Amino acid sequence: MSQAYTPGLKVTPRIRHQVRRILPLSGDVMVKKGDKVQARDVAAQTDMPGDIFPVNLANVLAISPGDVPKSLLVKEGDSVEVGQTIARSEGIFGFFKSEYQAKTAGVVESISGVTGQVILRGQPRPIQVLAYLTGEVVEVLPNEGCVIEADICYVQGIFGIGGEAYGVLESVCETPHDELTADRVTDNLKDKIIIGGARMTGDAVRKAIEIGAAAIISGGMDDSDLKDILGYDLGVAVTGSEHVGTTVIITEGFGDIAMAERTFDLLRTHVGQSAAVNGATQIRAGVMRPEILIPLAAGELSQVQEPRHFGGQLEVGRPVRIIRDPYFGRLGEVADLPAEPAILGSGSKARVLDVKLNDGEQVRVPRANVELIEL
Amino acid sequence: MPNPDDIQVILATDCGSTTTKAILIEKIDGQYRQTYRGEAPTTVEEPVADVTAGVINAVTEVGELAGRKLVDDDGQIIRPANGDVGCDVYISTSSAGGGLQMMVAGLVRQMTGASAKRAALGAGAIVMDMIAANDKRLPHEQIQRIRELRPDMILLSGGTDGGNSRKVVEIAELIAPARPQPRFGSQYRMPLIYAGNAEAAPLVEDVFDDNVELKTVPNIRPVLERENLAPARDAIHDLFLEHVMAHAPGYNKLIGWTDAPIMPTPGAVGDILRTIAERQGVNAVAVDIGGATTDVFSVFPGPDGKPTFNRTVSANLGMSYSISNVVAEATLDSVLRWVHLDMDERELRNRVKNKMIRPTTIPQTLEALVFEQAVSREALRLAYLQHKEFATTLQGVQQQRTVGDTFTQSGGGETIVDNMKLNLLVASGGVLSHAPRMHQTAAMLIDAFEPEGVTRLAKDSIFMMPHLGVLAQVHAQAALEVFEKDCLIYLGTCVAPKGQGKVGKRCFSYDLQAPNLNEHGEMAFGELRMFPLAPDETAHIRIQPARGFDVGAGPGKEYEADVRGGEVGLILDARGRPLALPDQPRETVTKWIQALRLYD
Repeated sequence: MSQAYTPGLKVTPRIRHQVRRILPLSGDVMVKKGDKVQARDVAAQTDMPGDIFPVNLANVLAISPGDVPKSLLVKEGDSVEVGQTIARSEGIFGFFKSEYQAKTAGVVESISGVTGQVILRGQPRPIQVLAYLTGEVVEVLPNEGCVIEADICYVQGIFGIGGEAYGVLESVCETPHDELTADRVTDNLKDKIIIGGARMTGDAVRKAIEIGAAAIISGGMDDSDLKDILGYDLGVAVTGSEHVGTTVIITEGFGDIAMAERTFDLLRTHVGQSAAVNGATQIRAGVMRPEILIPLAAGELSQVQEPRHFGGQLEVGRPVRIIRDPYFGRLGEVADLPAEPAILGSGSKARVLDVKLNDGEQVRVPRANVELIEL
Repeated sequence: MPNPDDIQVILATDCGSTTTKAILIEKIDGQYRQTYRGEAPTTVEEPVADVTAGVINAVTEVGELAGRKLVDDDGQIIRPANGDVGCDVYISTSSAGGGLQMMVAGLVRQMTGASAKRAALGAGAIVMDMIAANDKRLPHEQIQRIRELRPDMILLSGGTDGGNSRKVVEIAELIAPARPQPRFGSQYRMPLIYAGNAEAAPLVEDVFDDNVELKTVPNIRPVLERENLAPARDAIHDLFLEHVMAHAPGYNKLIGWTDAPIMPTPGAVGDILRTIAERQGVNAVAVDIGGATTDVFSVFPGPDGKPTFNRTVSANLGMSYSISNVVAEATLDSVLRWVHLDMDERELRNRVKNKMIRPTTIPQTLEALVFEQAVSREALRLAYLQHKEFATTLQGVQQQRTVGDTFTQSGGGETIVDNMKLNLLVASGGVLSHAPRMHQTAAMLIDAFEPEGVTRLAKDSIFMMPHLGVLAQVHAQAALEVFEKDCLIYLGTCVAPKGQGKVGKRCFSYDLQAPNLNEHGEMAFGELRMFPLAPDETAHIRIQPARGFDVGAGPGKEYEADVRGGEVGLILDARGRPLALPDQPRETVTKWIQALRLYD
């Protein structure tokens, strides 16, 4: 067998892309089919039922649960205010009455004669789902949300933190091999999406947060810097809900690694344009990668291409990147695909391939340790 | 289902999160043997989104290797077997889509809560959280947690039969308004099993509306001193098939194909371990370390002396998706205790994260392998700690104990996992099964589990325990024959006295006799030594421990036994138990690595 499949990230200059914007609970969809929406428009909204505050009145009033319903001054569905007396015990011969004043405002959801428990539900919390993608509403899912479509430039990163963010793209590195250092992050980048090159330093990320950049994107970063920024050692790769202030995306991996040239060039061609990014990453079944969505200008629309993954068959001559030490981050092309498994330096036996590195050196690595790229 | 005597060819698949494995078991010369194995990527996600596609691919591969046509032109598994076409029985397990994820609730965390958790874990579930009246969270915090979780199923227990109904209804009243959202979308009705105070059942049923699929089963803890886990566990299996699996892509089709109900993978592994331990009369521990989770299974005598099975899932201890969490929980310093080479901390941290984001890569260099095996020791150690904390005297199936016992145990419970009584330790999962040398697998097991006394070590050759677990349901004899002949590869026996001493002082004397082995001498504290003893050989050993050390006969008392060999042989471990590593372990660890010839 001279071919093998390897996965990859999606990086494409033109793609017809759809996003599903769904509420966590049913609610109102604010758009209709055919509407043109901007990324920050509200697509759907709802009220999340308020928090629940159980009160065991039988305990509080020192009465039996069966006596709770008749001690109540309110009924299911009533609204109550903070401090409002909602229950009063009958006491003994009319004396020693005890009362309970609500400690939270809300609506009486249920009253249990079995347990003496009254459930108060607090004020609903409004939730809005933004369009995220500047484009056209192609489908409305009644009470749930909508599907928006647009022709965009689409770049997936490998890992990110922080949720959805919006801003104008600005590039601060001349080549994909330049480190993104703090001195490149200047005050005029507030609300912008900063495009770097190779590793971004911890100081650069902190500076981006300090000046209020929307997002910062570069080839790699050190894990120790990530730990400093988060304030804890990230255990499981399920991210997106961090609140560091700026969405952080790395496109290639951890450590000193340059952004793929194609990704770098692609992002640079869109400097000055608005984009939406999301750092949310989930590396589990149903993998989710961070992404950068750049709506295309009208003149670019005619050239929309089919979506392309950087995946497919390993074949001689195809460009690859090595994604594990000892050659981590090195680029080259497939020189040979030996059919027989080989013994690695670790002593393990595995299917391998020979890679001719860009500097001319030829190395043998496990097939599991490369990914296909496009230069 | 054919007559068991007529079954010649059995096909079994295990649909994992990433890979679907197929094995073929054939009757050869009157005995069942595992003959061929194939695998293919699991297909539960787009663009295929039909698990049977991956099954057919894996089965086709095994068929090609075996020279047997197993799939017809319509993509159906051919049955019965006729010549070199088809199979007689087809069975399957599944952990695809992240397995079965449950939330459990009980009144007292250590009592009905623990019983509910045991029932769920025993059925093969991952327990996402436990809600209990005394879990130190305020009610609104509990409700918030229920709302955030997206379980596949909920198990609610609480109260003894005839006891207080009120508290258990209170818990139901917290769950009902929280309306937990299932993973499978808004059309899915959340299955909820009630296994608490029987008299509270009608009251609990009143609390829930049509949003849940409520099923009431006999109480998990009918009286304080007895557990009855089986009905709840059976209900979990039924609902797993009827609801959870039915919502996973292609499973309805797969359910129609199989000759026995599809089981959650860990449930099947638990069943086969329990069967083997009971049949051989041994105490056993098995571990399956995967990319995301580590499962530990054990069979030890409970307080009533009967074999008691326990299973834990350490959801975030694993070697790829969860490797970063292992390092975060154990700390990098703890991992590096096991490393004898110079490594750069900054680079290691980046390497761990890179493995997390690209979980399918494999170590190419020796240095990378040493580091990965060091991480695995910490993952296994942490998972076993969690298991020991969970498998306490309060736990087990159908235990009988006095009320007095219950009260003395309520303060925390004594673990029933006793490493001195452990007879068989079984390794499974990529980092253990695919280690380039069996010695490395044995060393990882010993360092992480710290077996005491005399313990036999083995590994599951190709991780076929899930297949055999479900096979035991339809053909127990075939499952046992294959387990004994093809499943386990014996690594050897570890002899390790319990106790502490001074490095260099005598720990024990040994006398080892076998046809090809005649050794006697002394082991100093801190030493590790290995002797060859082939898998089919038995050695007679006499161990005379120094004062304060125990090999199983009591402190300082001589121990004599026949022990079995294996691919690695006989390992004498005088490093003491509990195993304490020096502050600057580099030199010591290097000696241990050399003694077991791990990497030379």
